[in-house]
Amino acid sequence: MASYIHIEPENCKGCGLCIAVCPGKQLSFSGKFNQHSYNYMQAKNEACTACGLCYYACPEPGAIAVHKSAAE
Amino acid sequence: MKQAEKSIQKPKSMYARFERKPGEDKTNTHYCPGCGHGIVHKLIAEALDTLDMAERTVFISPVGCSVFAYYYFDCGNIQVAHGRAPAVASGVTRANPGNFLISYQGDGDLAAIGTAEIIHAANRGEKMTVFFVNNSIYGMTGGQMAPTTLLGQKTTTTPFGREFMNEGNPIRIAEMIAILDAPVYVARASVHNIKAIMQARKSITKALQAQRDGKGFALVEILAPCPSGWKIDPQESAAWVEKNVLPVFPLGEFKDETVGREGISRARNAASDEQIISLLGLDTAPPHFALSNPKAASLRVLCAGFGGQGIMLLGQMLAHLGMRHGLEVSWLPSYGPEMRGGTANCSVVFSEEAVGSPIVEYPDLLVIMNGPSLDKFLPALVPGGVLVYNSSIIENAPRREDVQIVAVPASDLALQAGSERAANIVMFGVIVSVYGSFSEEAYSHLLAEFFTSEKILGINEKALRAGMEYARNI
Repeated sequence: MASYIHIEPENCKGCGLCIAVCPGKQLSFSGKFNQHSYNYMQAKNEACTACGLCYYACPEPGAIAVHKSAAE
Repeated sequence: MKQAEKSIQKPKSMYARFERKPGEDKTNTHYCPGCGHGIVHKLIAEALDTLDMAERTVFISPVGCSVFAYYYFDCGNIQVAHGRAPAVASGVTRANPGNFLISYQGDGDLAAIGTAEIIHAANRGEKMTVFFVNNSIYGMTGGQMAPTTLLGQKTTTTPFGREFMNEGNPIRIAEMIAILDAPVYVARASVHNIKAIMQARKSITKALQAQRDGKGFALVEILAPCPSGWKIDPQESAAWVEKNVLPVFPLGEFKDETVGREGISRARNAASDEQIISLLGLDTAPPHFALSNPKAASLRVLCAGFGGQGIMLLGQMLAHLGMRHGLEVSWLPSYGPEMRGGTANCSVVFSEEAVGSPIVEYPDLLVIMNGPSLDKFLPALVPGGVLVYNSSIIENAPRREDVQIVAVPASDLALQAGSERAANIVMFGVIVSVYGSFSEEAYSHLLAEFFTSEKILGINEKALRAGMEYARNI
């Protein structure tokens, strides 16, 4: 199982701060809206290295979790 | 469930669900999109996890956007009055030295209304870690100017931009705190971009570690974006900070004595219990006396004059006299800001039961030392009550048919005894004689208690005797 970013749609406020920090350009706006009417993020998870920078850049404690693969 | 070796996610020192938060949504913070507070919260919680401090931490929430920090942190929490977080934290750490204290404050809270509290807590080296979130604006109240607002920055209260001429310069708290001797670690960090966030993470951990290791006071000022207050998009906030904030608020460690510094020990009190008990005169039991008649057992007294005539002392002596005779007493002063020359009065209540109210609106005994007080208070004296007044100063005899009036040339008698300032003690002598309820032995005990100088005591003993003598010859 590769490393991956988990976005919790209902906890994302769509500020977009995670987009620029991702070295692998894995994050983008989903174009969909959550119950708070925020355009929440989505993660491609094609080349996540579990660097964790998106987690640290995110102001919302429950919005992003990064899971590192046992292989990496 | 997917298997992962390691996860980077919400720290354990934050609640899994924010049950204290009202409403349906128990997983989101109350902060706006792109707000720096959430990042700072995460970094603090992560450091509490890493350093294993949460179980012993008391987190002080301020007034401001972070007023609800207690929704989120899984540790002890107190939400306090505006600006007072360092004062409350000081109290908690003194009472419970085993606790770790976090004072979390915004720029309005710490740098405006709480300026005094933070400076003195830092100067005392209180064992606490202060996180000072500086977003250069009042966020919660709708974007007014903060002490940290930048020159030229438009806010609702500086619609043309802050100007030095009007509002002064933005205040640099970290630099100010760093020049004090006691703080052990003072830094300014920022959460405006990922590089700064990772540096802030180090500073926050270091400041908490300093406390864990018993070193004392640490403060980290953290520059944080407020996209709502700045009226910009969250993604523009990093560039905004680079351009506008960093030139005024440089990042860095202004003081780091975390290595090689001994902590401040408060294991010993400045004074021992014995010293305090002795200072208060509680190491010897005061003598007690019996009332010889019940006339003074229930009495409401008002003493009035101008400041400097010893009105307060007279009232205190009366209260002590009652206390020595086993009565419940109260003494309530009321005076202006002047030490001399203003008006002063005090109320004394004697009772055989607990005193319900120390306020004397309608006295049984009125002691008047000057003219204005006579005019003011004589109408309040109850019918059948006693008026004792200083006839050395008040020339026109007061007129009331329904009360007992005792004119005492108190100032003259006091002068003869050695000092006109002892007129209050002359009055005391007259009062105790008029009632005849108290033990004469108690008077000398009281005088010795109140006057420690032998010379002054001598004058007052004479004044007391003069007053008693005068009353006997009425």
